[in-house]
Amino acid sequence: MCGIVGLFLKDKALEPELGGLLTDMLVTMSDRGPDSAGIAVYRGADDGLAKITVQSANPEKDFKGLASTLGADVARIDSHAIVSCPIDQTSSILEKIRSMSQLRVMSRGDAIEIYKEVGLPKSVAKRFDIPQLQGSHGIGHTRMATESAVTTLGAHPFSTGPDQCLVHNGSLSNHNSLRRRLARQGVEVETENDTEVAAAYLTWKMQNGCNLGEALEAGISDLDGFYTFVVGTKDGFGVLRDPIACKPAVLAETPQYVAFGSEYRALVNLPGIEAARVWEPEPATVYFWEH
Amino acid sequence: METLDLAAMELRAVNSALQAESDGSNQSYEVVNPRGSHAIAVGLNAPIEVTVQGSTGYYCAGMNQLATINVIGSAGPGVAENMMSGKVVIDGDASQYAGATAHGGLLVIKGNASSRCGISMKGVDIVVHGNIGHMSAFMAQAGNLVVLGDAGDALGDSLYEAHLFVRGEVKSLGADCVEKEMRPEHVETLTRLLKDADANAKPEEFRRYGSARNLYNFDIDNLGDY
Repeated sequence: MCGIVGLFLKDKALEPELGGLLTDMLVTMSDRGPDSAGIAVYRGADDGLAKITVQSANPEKDFKGLASTLGADVARIDSHAIVSCPIDQTSSILEKIRSMSQLRVMSRGDAIEIYKEVGLPKSVAKRFDIPQLQGSHGIGHTRMATESAVTTLGAHPFSTGPDQCLVHNGSLSNHNSLRRRLARQGVEVETENDTEVAAAYLTWKMQNGCNLGEALEAGISDLDGFYTFVVGTKDGFGVLRDPIACKPAVLAETPQYVAFGSEYRALVNLPGIEAARVWEPEPATVYFWEH
Repeated sequence: METLDLAAMELRAVNSALQAESDGSNQSYEVVNPRGSHAIAVGLNAPIEVTVQGSTGYYCAGMNQLATINVIGSAGPGVAENMMSGKVVIDGDASQYAGATAHGGLLVIKGNASSRCGISMKGVDIVVHGNIGHMSAFMAQAGNLVVLGDAGDALGDSLYEAHLFVRGEVKSLGADCVEKEMRPEHVETLTRLLKDADANAKPEEFRRYGSARNLYNFDIDNLGDY
């Protein structure tokens, strides 16, 4: 199974509530996947700083002194830390982080932060204080693992490019061949997970000039298997279902937001949902919104 | 009319109350605050009337016998799955595999139904006021599927003896599904179903599709292959 939720705000007045709304939506989806949970939140896109979300299995030890080692601000939240730096220093700091084998990069970009761990959505949201997070859009996932181990790194969302993330309900059948194809293009992934390959594929497409919509469109022919994807970029939000469309999906739109849920019950507490346009996204059809 | 509130009662208690009605009952119930919950009003076995005030999740009205169930909202996947008799009316849209494997009764969807509507239907009548998605009536065995709007890809793939009536466009027909002549008995069936489903359409606006019977009949010429 797996449960997906997503919220793309059109009305800035709702931004302080983003974390709270997303948490409520994701907790409702808990029984679709008890293995691990994660959330990507987009905020502070225009503050002139880049952010790198890092994770460690021994945060007490590994995050101690990290700020001075990197020469950047480090805000620790449980097993994750947000490293902030001027945008022009991102590459050099990322290089330093990658040289530290105890740290894992969850995401990087101007706006994205990713928090994910093994456990139920309720406990993951509490550990990272997700309800307090403000932001312009966010995506959440609760996982029932099929294609790779239940670990922090196997949890969704997956981020393979700046400010990009992807969550997935389903399973891909051509991820091994696609992983090799991408490797020949110089695109590396970190895990054995099928979803990470899809994320890397979209990143590669976008590096080569596609916008999010065009990258998703290309995915319809290159990705084989079952999928409902929800994808985030710095200022965009996309949804794609495979042509068979077994994996459930519900979209809702009001003048204030676009919301996604694996099931309608994820959406029932959203403000104004009674008056929203609610529909099931069509198979093999790309939906995307941009700010 | 008795009200059952899913905000105050467990789903199992609501379903138990509905299932406790015996054969002669004509009690009516209102279920409020469904909030997309799964398996609302399943396994009913008496001619009672149930109105669900809001949208439902998976498998609403599954295995229904005799009861009339109205959903004042949309229904999630598998609505009226394996219905035996009675009537289920969805005011809004229905998600995938509406009426799957149902043996009897009438399922009315006033909005659209998505993919696999009526998959493996075994005698149910389904009337969809809007459109239906791909692979609808896949391996449908008996009963009638009436669609006032359009049908998606592969309508009636591997069809047995169900009758399909579509007023709008059919994107494509599945394997062994062909357009067939509309005979007087079909017009008669269609007239009755449109009336029962409160559907404002004329039988002559529809086309009928059915099985070419090439897939499932044993062909003596193929004997050597076995």
